[in-house]
Amino acid sequence: MPIHEKSLIRPENLHSHEELEIEGVDVSGHWSTFIESRVITDYNEQMEEEIAALPGGENIHRCWQCGSCTNSCTVHAVNPDFNPRYWIYLIRTGMEDELLRDKDIIWRCVSCNKCTYACPRDVVPEAVMKATAHWLELKGHTEPSPSMQFDEEFSSQVFETGKIEESRVIRGFFARTGQPLMQEWLIEMGKRIARKLPIKMGIAMGLGFLFRPRTSNWGGAKAAINEYVKEQKAAQRKALGLNSGAGD
Amino acid sequence: MSDKKAKYQKVAYYPGCALEGTGHAYNRSTKAVGKELGLDLHEIKNWNCCGAMEVKNIDPKLQTYLSARNMQLAQDQGFDTVMAPCNGCYHNLKKAEYDLEHDDASKEVNGRLSAKAGHGSYEPGGVETIHALDWIKHTVGEDGIRDRVKNSLSGLKIANYYGCMYTRPRHIFPEKDQGPDTESTSEPHFMDDILEAAGAENVDFPLKTACCGGAHTLSDSDMSTKLVLNILQAAEASGADVIATECPTCHSGLEMHQVRAEKTLGVKTSVKIMYFTQLLGVAMGMKPKKVGVHENVSDSVPMLKEKGVL
Repeated sequence: MPIHEKSLIRPENLHSHEELEIEGVDVSGHWSTFIESRVITDYNEQMEEEIAALPGGENIHRCWQCGSCTNSCTVHAVNPDFNPRYWIYLIRTGMEDELLRDKDIIWRCVSCNKCTYACPRDVVPEAVMKATAHWLELKGHTEPSPSMQFDEEFSSQVFETGKIEESRVIRGFFARTGQPLMQEWLIEMGKRIARKLPIKMGIAMGLGFLFRPRTSNWGGAKAAINEYVKEQKAAQRKALGLNSGAGD
Repeated sequence: MSDKKAKYQKVAYYPGCALEGTGHAYNRSTKAVGKELGLDLHEIKNWNCCGAMEVKNIDPKLQTYLSARNMQLAQDQGFDTVMAPCNGCYHNLKKAEYDLEHDDASKEVNGRLSAKAGHGSYEPGGVETIHALDWIKHTVGEDGIRDRVKNSLSGLKIANYYGCMYTRPRHIFPEKDQGPDTESTSEPHFMDDILEAAGAENVDFPLKTACCGGAHTLSDSDMSTKLVLNILQAAEASGADVIATECPTCHSGLEMHQVRAEKTLGVKTSVKIMYFTQLLGVAMGMKPKKVGVHENVSDSVPMLKEKGVL
């Protein structure tokens, strides 16, 4: 699929005068069109460095804009506005305003790794997308995305017990995002499973609500992970020039 | 090849969380097929979650630690090979192996966390991680399968679906793309080889390594439904009766979103979805229940009967 390039010249940055005469020459209409140029203060020169300081963003500086990532992208094929090559360009040039136009779709990367497979420069675009989504949230440009809420719910269970129990993750995620669990398609799934499932399995699944699977002797790992997460969060906030986030 | 045949006879088994939940049928069929083939599976004692597709988004180095802990356990328990049937687990262990060898920062974090947690710190090269496909392909092989087939899958048209994590990114799978007897990252064929030996006809399926949107199956369901529908419709257009899977996330994603596409988009597809281990088990004459066919949402028994497999 060809990559549709975006114009960075916005209609609101194009100016012309309906009636204008300069030194006796009539330059009315499109003859007087000029593009309002960007000035140095329009760029966020810290943006690349900040995203590179977040986990996954480390290799962004290696990009040479070949477009292999966007060309191979699963999400781009469904939504042409999803364009990793373009966003990496905006981040590296500091065009924050342009990046923010797409702030609500960047988290939609499905981590299929096609970009990372195709990238000739080891940029790891998949991880750069995650770092960028983090940056948008930490800077307060977006609310935590459904994906991030799922990651947090899932990870908190792993850190707590060493294992996850899927129905618990699903319930936790739906509670976090305020969605009803009883959605028509989920009910239909349940029905189709229940039709054929032996009673024994049903009971085992029911017991999953009561007995959480856990890794034994997990206490040491749990403490080590929690300490590491706390330390990393503080380091990330510092790199982004944010307060320590002690209230989080 | 023969050294692998001997090495993989006895392996540490890492089922992972999904195989204890929605992927239970895969767990069941993998164990049953292994037993039938005389292979020795020992579940890693006290294993933990590999981090799946989620922990890396909190911090990739934590995922490396979680995966490394499992490899260390397998090594401590006396194994040189870990077999993971789940693409996510398999991918994460392979990635941890790669990162610990090539990235000093990952190595440092793993060492620090392992020491604090009070267990040995995994060193790359300690164990070899393989997928269930490697395990069957290299131990029993096509000839061994041909000898054991009782209900040939002949007449059954299969689209082999491998998903993302089995082949991408290339650099974490140094043993792949090494010639005709090895797996290919662009055109994987191990599952095709195994099922063809069991008598099936593999259709020309262009979406073998397409993405099912598994990472966002609940957080961006509309996207997942679109991606799954692409796969289901491509399989049907290729003439497939059934899609063979080798990953619990792909499998449940295809099943869930087949139902969701029907309910939310009104698009019905009839292609069935089965784990390759279920198809292999049935071909070897095992009862469908023994390989958990009744646990699938997708009801494939009538289709198998119609095709004369059962």
